[in-house]
Amino acid sequence: MLELIQGHYAYFFLMLLFVIGLYAMMMKKNFMKKIMGMSMVQSATIMVWIVAAYKHGGTVPIMDKSIPVDNPDLYINPLPHTLMLTAIVVAVVTLGVSFALVVSIYRNFKSLDEPTILKRMK
Amino acid sequence: MNTSNIPVLIPAVFMFAALAVPMVGLWKRSLSIYPALLASLLAAWYSASGLMHTIEHGAVSYHLSGWVPPIGIEYVLDPLSAFICLVITAVTTVVLFFSRKIVKFETPDKEMPFYALAMLLLMGLTGMVMTGDFFNLYVFLEISALAGYALVAIGDKRAPVAAFKYLTLGTAGAAFYLLGVSFIFISTGTLNMADVASVIHLVDHTVPVMIGLSLIVLGTGLKMALFPMHAWMPDAYSYASSAATALIAPIGTKVSAYVLLRIMFDVFEPGYSAGELPLAQIVGYLGAIGVIWGSILAICQKELKTMLAYSSVAQVGYIGIGIGLASPLGFIGAVLHILNHACMKACLFLISGCLRFRLGHSWIPKFEDSLRITMPWTAVAFVVAAISMIGLPPTAGFFSKWYLALGSIEQGAWIFLVVLLVSSLLNAVYFFRIIEKMYIRPQSEEMIKAQEQAESPTWGRKEAPWSMLGPVMLLAVSLLVLGVFNVWIVSNFIEFMIPIGL
Repeated sequence: MLELIQGHYAYFFLMLLFVIGLYAMMMKKNFMKKIMGMSMVQSATIMVWIVAAYKHGGTVPIMDKSIPVDNPDLYINPLPHTLMLTAIVVAVVTLGVSFALVVSIYRNFKSLDEPTILKRMK
Repeated sequence: MNTSNIPVLIPAVFMFAALAVPMVGLWKRSLSIYPALLASLLAAWYSASGLMHTIEHGAVSYHLSGWVPPIGIEYVLDPLSAFICLVITAVTTVVLFFSRKIVKFETPDKEMPFYALAMLLLMGLTGMVMTGDFFNLYVFLEISALAGYALVAIGDKRAPVAAFKYLTLGTAGAAFYLLGVSFIFISTGTLNMADVASVIHLVDHTVPVMIGLSLIVLGTGLKMALFPMHAWMPDAYSYASSAATALIAPIGTKVSAYVLLRIMFDVFEPGYSAGELPLAQIVGYLGAIGVIWGSILAICQKELKTMLAYSSVAQVGYIGIGIGLASPLGFIGAVLHILNHACMKACLFLISGCLRFRLGHSWIPKFEDSLRITMPWTAVAFVVAAISMIGLPPTAGFFSKWYLALGSIEQGAWIFLVVLLVSSLLNAVYFFRIIEKMYIRPQSEEMIKAQEQAESPTWGRKEAPWSMLGPVMLLAVSLLVLGVFNVWIVSNFIEFMIPIGL
């Protein structure tokens, strides 16, 4: 059990972050807090990929004469990092769109509190 | 024409159209529809020729910028993806042709953004269908989702709230999908679907792969609006403008259903995702609950667009049932229902757009028998589409349900058979309610007083202009044609799509 936690504590923390984000998205009444929860969910997902790519003792995948090429354990896989650059861009764009929608909602209903807005939508 | 380039041409056409629409629209706003219409027609033609080619010669694979897969990104055109692309582009062409007047009427001065976003949405959807790479699918999913949020937000005052709900849930679905892909990537070390399919049997008993597949099904289920995850759909569809709804509703959820079919039965073996892990069965039972639940809620609605949105929840459930059967007949039923439901739902949403354009509302209690005189052709098209939704022969809706029922009998899944029968009755309740109001209910005293002219309504006086009525009638006729030629469609096209080992 202790070894499991020692080897995978980052994953435990990230799953906790993911669940906290989901809780905020579902339970919080304020739209800004919902956006924060959404951002947490996306960050946790991105971090899982990054943590999975990490190797202890590895280095960047650039040709170096002093490091042998025949041992892949000495190099870190660059693919998850490049993929997550794309995912970060997507997350930023989603945040931008959500802020634009929140501004539009506030202009229409003069509130960001969900029960109030639902009352005024009737 | 070089057919080996078709897989990448279809999304690329929409991408260039998304750039061309603002250029044309800045010069002259009323012309911005024409690049969009041209791009849809071109993509539909590419999809049709690609479908013919793949039926004869097998799948076409395109390596993006010459990198050979597993390293590069691969675009695959096989009969199933070409068929889904053809459905998407054909329905879109009809809806865009319809939307010229109603976009000007409902959202004035917003034509250029509307068509640019529509092109981005279609680029995302066709890309999702074409791609053979897990991460590329995620990127296309987000492109189509972001365009969809913006399209939903162009509507009345309440539309941004619905769009916000859609955005939070859609982002959660995409995050679930990405998390599932991360687990599969950690286990297999590759992202190419064909490559994953070839090595997955070495690791498919490990926990990360099981969790990964479950998370992918959860994420795509959220995007597809399966039963417990359908909360975003009715609001988003009923507050958006008519043209946006008619564009998103028939095709948006279907592509996620296609992704579910692809990943469950093509990438993973059917014996695994429907046997070892009972995921397909779970999707089937959730779909069955969704069918009943969506139909019951549709009966309670008083607004035509909201009612159709709830009925969409039910119709997605049928596709879920087809996936849950995990047999060739169930697969045929699901794919056929994707085609039929796209045509039926597009027809009904276009009719609600016509009603809003002419009457200014689509409030069901206000319908009365003057409709059948003032808008005769619209009423006829509504009756045909409603009969198809209920599932009476010879319309298209009957035959997809027929295949699903045959599959349920073959598998011995009696619960699904009961659900199919009960849901048809419930569909009959909420559609005949409207048909009865349209054809039989006499005009009330207040309505007659409200009309300034005292004479009786004249024949066809309120009929929508031909550019709106034409697409509606075309879709209504296509429902009858699809119903009559369903055996031909199944034996000539869908037979080639059934995954190996199903």
